Amino acid sequence: MNSSVIVFPGSNCDRDIAIALEKLKFKNTMVWHKDTDLPKSDLIVIPGGFSYGDYLRSGAIAAKSNILSEVIKAANDGCLVLGICNGFQILTETGLLKGVLLRNKNLKFLGKDVCVKATNTDNRFCNKYKKDQVLKFNIAHNEGNYYTNSNHIKELEDKNLIPFKYCDETGNINEENNPNGSLNNIAAIFNDKKNILGMMPHPERMVDPMISSNDGVNLFTSLLG
Amino acid sequence: MTGLTYLQACWVNKMKISDSLVEKHGLKTDEYSKIKVLLKREPNLLELGIFSAMWNEHCSYKSSRIHLKNLPTSGKNVIQGPGENAGVIDIGDDDAIIFKIESHNHPSYIEPYQGAATGVGGILRDVFTMGARPIALLNSIHFGAPDYPKTKTLLNGVVSGIGGYGNCIGIPTVAGETKFNSTYNENILVNAMAVGHAKKDKIFYSKAKGLNKSVVYVGSKTGRDGIHGASMASAEFDENTEDKKPTVQVGDPFTEKLLMEACLELMKDKSIISIQDMGAAGLTSSSVEMASKGNLGIELHLDKVPCREEGMTPYEMMLSESQERMLIILEDDKEKAAKKIFEKWDLDFVLIGKTTDTNNLTLKFNNEIIGEIPIDALASKAPLYDRKWTKTKLPEKKINTKELKKVKLEDALIKILSSPNESNKSWVTEQFDQMVMTDTSQRSGGNAAVIRIHKKDKAIAVTVDSSSSYCKAHPLTGGKQIVCENWRNLISVGAKPIAITNCLNFGNPENTKIMGEFAECLLGIKEACEFLDYPVVSGNVSFYNGTNKKNIDPTPVIGGVGLIKESKNKVNHLLKKDENLILQVGKTFGHLYQSVFFKEVYSITEGPPPEINLSNEKSNGETVLKLINNKLLSSVHDISSGGLILALAEMSISSGYGLKIEKPSKLSNLMEYYFGEDQGRYLLEIEPKNLQKVTKILSENNIYNENIATVQKQHFEISGEFKINIDDLYKINNTWYSKY
Repeated sequence: MNSSVIVFPGSNCDRDIAIALEKLKFKNTMVWHKDTDLPKSDLIVIPGGFSYGDYLRSGAIAAKSNILSEVIKAANDGCLVLGICNGFQILTETGLLKGVLLRNKNLKFLGKDVCVKATNTDNRFCNKYKKDQVLKFNIAHNEGNYYTNSNHIKELEDKNLIPFKYCDETGNINEENNPNGSLNNIAAIFNDKKNILGMMPHPERMVDPMISSNDGVNLFTSLLG
Repeated sequence: MTGLTYLQACWVNKMKISDSLVEKHGLKTDEYSKIKVLLKREPNLLELGIFSAMWNEHCSYKSSRIHLKNLPTSGKNVIQGPGENAGVIDIGDDDAIIFKIESHNHPSYIEPYQGAATGVGGILRDVFTMGARPIALLNSIHFGAPDYPKTKTLLNGVVSGIGGYGNCIGIPTVAGETKFNSTYNENILVNAMAVGHAKKDKIFYSKAKGLNKSVVYVGSKTGRDGIHGASMASAEFDENTEDKKPTVQVGDPFTEKLLMEACLELMKDKSIISIQDMGAAGLTSSSVEMASKGNLGIELHLDKVPCREEGMTPYEMMLSESQERMLIILEDDKEKAAKKIFEKWDLDFVLIGKTTDTNNLTLKFNNEIIGEIPIDALASKAPLYDRKWTKTKLPEKKINTKELKKVKLEDALIKILSSPNESNKSWVTEQFDQMVMTDTSQRSGGNAAVIRIHKKDKAIAVTVDSSSSYCKAHPLTGGKQIVCENWRNLISVGAKPIAITNCLNFGNPENTKIMGEFAECLLGIKEACEFLDYPVVSGNVSFYNGTNKKNIDPTPVIGGVGLIKESKNKVNHLLKKDENLILQVGKTFGHLYQSVFFKEVYSITEGPPPEINLSNEKSNGETVLKLINNKLLSSVHDISSGGLILALAEMSISSGYGLKIEKPSKLSNLMEYYFGEDQGRYLLEIEPKNLQKVTKILSENNIYNENIATVQKQHFEISGEFKINIDDLYKINNTWYSKY
């Protein structure tokens, strides 16, 4: 499977995701933000980091970059797109995913391991997880508090477009285990066609038991079919 | 171009140097006389500013040099000791680790967010300037009493500033210490340490070489921020501290990221002769340092300096401490290729000067000389003081512990576990990205953090430590203790300690008592480092920590780096399995003076610190390391502040396992036994099947040990004393920050 990782000057999880993809047998290419051509890809990843410094609004400038117009085209043609952390923020800024990521409810950066529940496994990204499986992922963000209007949140729930929700260690979804204040404990969402996934937790940080665990591996192997 | 008019440039030469102007530049009358002798004339304002920047305590080390030179700085693993941007050690194969710690105390007190953020930025530049990709950040931050009105704001600002910079640039912040003590009410400490990895044959130094080589300015534009930052950091605070806000630099971690990537890209080939970041005293100190080390002159064309604002004067350009800037001396014909790299990263790249054979710092504006100073007058001939100092006598032991009001063991433990200094620090560490770069195999909260060397099996362990109360009570012992504790922390994760960096935070060196604290702490550090073969490869001195003549307690901070040859041999302090045994290594004498127990429970702060026996320290540590490498230990924790009981409680709380602790049969004083802070001790968790092997190795090495507890589920208890549920203990240890 061919993957492309978009590299902005302030991306800082680009190396980490590339290592995870290569380890799990993707044929990966790094694509510089000034490039205007996107190599032929089955999966495009927008990694975490601070794209252009994020002094304006996270991802706002990145959404207007050269390469993003190519990503938008590819996404609309059905290419698989994964935005992690800052990548999720960028996807919402482009409109490929609806809603916004507000500042965390405690107004502080949050870097910690959290539990998420695999609430929808019937999709290209999560089919190797068991339904309702509880996973431990690492989060590291200032703006991960997902918010959207009431019609859209209903649509997300009704159409099952939420693959991961924050939960406790036994899978209970409650306010106490909602680290950033996201509506309905949302940790990740799909677009309607489920070819675009935006998520705040970092699966690429969970592919090596020497460092953490293997909880992120299935996200990548699911894609390989 | 800068938009500076020729007339403005001339202005600097016309201003008369008055006594008050000299004083405002932080120079003493005799120092100014020395300047005139060295120049053989009066300086102009620009030159005066440059002298002030180079001769202040922060840049010249004029009070400390004479003592620093006694430290052990070499060894078989040392590639570069103090004197460069950072120290370099050999960790085998073709790998080198480059690291340093630095203070940003004064700016962080004036403007906590930016002060702390630029402290991180500055130390990162020191490391990547030498060719290393930074792989870890650490910090040691000290605040005033929690109920002091400014403390909360400072704590919030500093923690988010450290996180703001490190998280953005994408270097994990993996370890540190956060402490509270009223001695820092009006002068907090913010020390940041950076650790980088480089190839041994790809290390870059600041020494200039060759004549007529291009001097290139890269990075951010120069602004009016941070002017006189280094001079500000070389004086005590007074009631006008607020006015000093403009001396604090403003950080831009995004630009630093670009600068880091561009520099590392340029370093892949052989373009660079010499490279130096513009840190304290900016363009002045970077250019002087390069020329001084290379025994050359340097000529700078200030009209070429990229400026953020219009109308900046040469004086401002030379003294600005704007961040994220570097000075590079390039090999001939490499300019074009180098420029292309910096353009790719959207950074300024401007040829601003050249090396010369004049041995002068020559400053030109539109080709006219506007300042000229012999390099040696700014470097080797800078003032050097052998300041008077007095010894601190070892305090007497005056307290009869039997006469103290009785407290229950359980109550004392709860009090300590819920105190600001011993409470769980996740409120702090969760504001840092500890995982980015995905090589952090042990995060903060343990004895030391462990970082894997990228794509290799080996790892390094890193930790920072300080103990100001020990150092205050008896600087010589305190100096030794802090090196030992740091060493012990690395041993406890299975690392062989290799070298340290130190950040020496003290009060006013013109005060003989303070100078004595400095001299004796350093002597203690020297003795311990020599005995443990643990050299000092880099460091920083921060004097004048105090306000209106009230000095802080002496606070040397030690940052240590150790090597774990095989990652699988690392160990942490989390209990692993019920029915495992806990062995204590090292003897308990019950020293309570200067202990957390005395301070928290009785508010007693007198008496001597615990004694240091370097020989025991070494043999205990080396034997524990041997046991770890033989895979005989399930977990390890060192016993430090809070004594035996706190170390046991920490192992329990962090793992969720309980402990059944047996009280020794012949025990004269329960409090001394459980809360005493005797040094050189460790706790080892052992599977019962390994007990015999372990005790055999310990006795072969004449290491004192006793079996003191058994791991169990759910309850932390001392037989015949108390029994607490682990979940309750966890809550007790985790509430202070959330309620503050």
